Amino acid sequence: MNLMSMGRLLGHSLWVSAVLCLAIMAGVAIGETSISLPVIAQVLANKLWAAGYRVDLIDEGIVWNYRLTRAIVAAACGAGLAISGVVLQSLLRNPLADPYLLGISAGASTGAVLVTIIGVGAGAISLSTGAFAGAMAAFALVALLARASRGQTAAGQIILAGIAGSQLFNALTSFLITRSANAEQARGILFWLLGNLSGVRWSSVSLAVPVVLFGLVVCLWHRRSLDAFTFGADSAASLGIPVRRVQASLIATTALITAVMVSIVGSIGFVGLVVPHAVRMVTGVRHGRLLPLSALSGALFMIAADALSRTVIKGQVLPIGVITALVGAPVFALILIRGNRL
Amino acid sequence: MNASNPALTASREGTPLLSAVNLSYAIKGAQLLKDVSLTIQPGENLGVVGPNGSGKSTLLKLLAGLKTPTQGDVFMQGKRLSSLRRRDIAQCLAVVEQQAQTSDNLTLQQAVELGRTPWLSALAPWSDVDRHIVEQAMADVNLQHLKQRAWHSLSGGERQRAHIARALAQRPHILLLDEPTNHLDIQQQLSILRRVHQLPVTTVIALHDLNQALACDRLAVLDAGELVALGSPFEVLTPERLHTTFGVAGHWLTDPLDGAKLLRLRPVQDGAA
Repeated sequence: MNLMSMGRLLGHSLWVSAVLCLAIMAGVAIGETSISLPVIAQVLANKLWAAGYRVDLIDEGIVWNYRLTRAIVAAACGAGLAISGVVLQSLLRNPLADPYLLGISAGASTGAVLVTIIGVGAGAISLSTGAFAGAMAAFALVALLARASRGQTAAGQIILAGIAGSQLFNALTSFLITRSANAEQARGILFWLLGNLSGVRWSSVSLAVPVVLFGLVVCLWHRRSLDAFTFGADSAASLGIPVRRVQASLIATTALITAVMVSIVGSIGFVGLVVPHAVRMVTGVRHGRLLPLSALSGALFMIAADALSRTVIKGQVLPIGVITALVGAPVFALILIRGNRL
Repeated sequence: MNASNPALTASREGTPLLSAVNLSYAIKGAQLLKDVSLTIQPGENLGVVGPNGSGKSTLLKLLAGLKTPTQGDVFMQGKRLSSLRRRDIAQCLAVVEQQAQTSDNLTLQQAVELGRTPWLSALAPWSDVDRHIVEQAMADVNLQHLKQRAWHSLSGGERQRAHIARALAQRPHILLLDEPTNHLDIQQQLSILRRVHQLPVTTVIALHDLNQALACDRLAVLDAGELVALGSPFEVLTPERLHTTFGVAGHWLTDPLDGAKLLRLRPVQDGAA
């Protein structure tokens, strides 16, 4: 890598980080009680290098423990879902591919239900851990199924296997809820399934951020391989891409990112589907630009959606998945009509 | 007749670029290719002909390493294809598929640039050398003037030429083309075939039209997965071969304009009368 491209990379990373920081600040400022930017800056200064400003303790608590963690996790989650969507749409050559295609959200909900309602693990396992285990189990099943069914194309197999896996785990979840849950528990699970950032603390940040950064680096490393899938898997192979290996490692990476995000915040729809298409219309199909800009757009979209979910109904927090779907579905329709091709 | 003939005679004795040894391929009990052995010499232009389902595409996919033979081996410059990395294969061998389509919104130039993939790595940036090779490849198929056009606005013939340019941008020694003129009008067919024959690389091309196949140095005739003839077009396309393999009656004619040989083909019933 030569000096000029190093410089360009550094420049791009700088402005992306700057935009992201600004968005997170805005996300922290907006809420039922809005907090001014100077106060936020003072809290951050106190916490990061013990600046010793005198700040209202309640404000400090809201900023540091509640809204900042929320905004950062929202950003990580949006970025993670968006790059997962980009990668799956490219690899599977299917514009409708999204991160939940692999059965992950269905598996996560089964895991969450097993822990919270059936009481698997007897309180020693958190809902997030249960959801993560469920997500990985569902993905493993889908991957095995795709491997066992030796159809015409690898892409077709995994989509069909994903549908079968999702249906199975969704049915399992419904069965468990109907059999064992009371109304209160059912409502709690439903709320979690639609996306819930309220339980997010610093421990979630320290999990979500490294995972999404790792995922972004892995996908960017394979950006030329992803480009090579433009004309399908055979064409990628004839361009020197070890197709099976690249597909396996990238799908596993997206599965990991998505499983971690779902286990922290529940399943949030439409981000992984809409953001890649919207960004593709602006930046084109080259993954060197598409991936980082999708990550950024996904992050911004989720921060905005979270801010909206906290303010749109007074005194109540809407599940964030409701916002992303309410905004995402019409946007998707618009892309469909205007873009003419996905 | 062929620009690359001198290269062919010069390196006759050398290691063959690509050779198939006892290749067989079966899927779900159907034997698509049976015990095919052939050797492709540097610089030659080998045509693969045969009726539908005779195994032309399968043979090309096996030669390209896109499918793994159930028996036998393919050797590239003396090395077993299955022991080579995909990247190393792609630096030597390029493939033009029958109809490779995309719904992605990319320009012709971006599609051709994909040909540089086997020469780039995650950390190596796009260089002037790559840019130059892509320009050259587009010039070779006479597409420079369309390079900023969106892929989906190109005609079938332009897309196929772009695929050939993409393959040329790989700077391969061997180019495999699977019926590249399928679904094109006659002008596009002739123009693409002329370009392919002028390319300074070894080519293996699957073709349907036997008269178009006459421009090849050698022809391999496949029948129900078996290699039934291999040699110059005039040696292998005998009336008996045309009857048994292709099920048509045919004989050679001479064009009074330039003395070129061509095939007159008719349905068997008429020919037998």
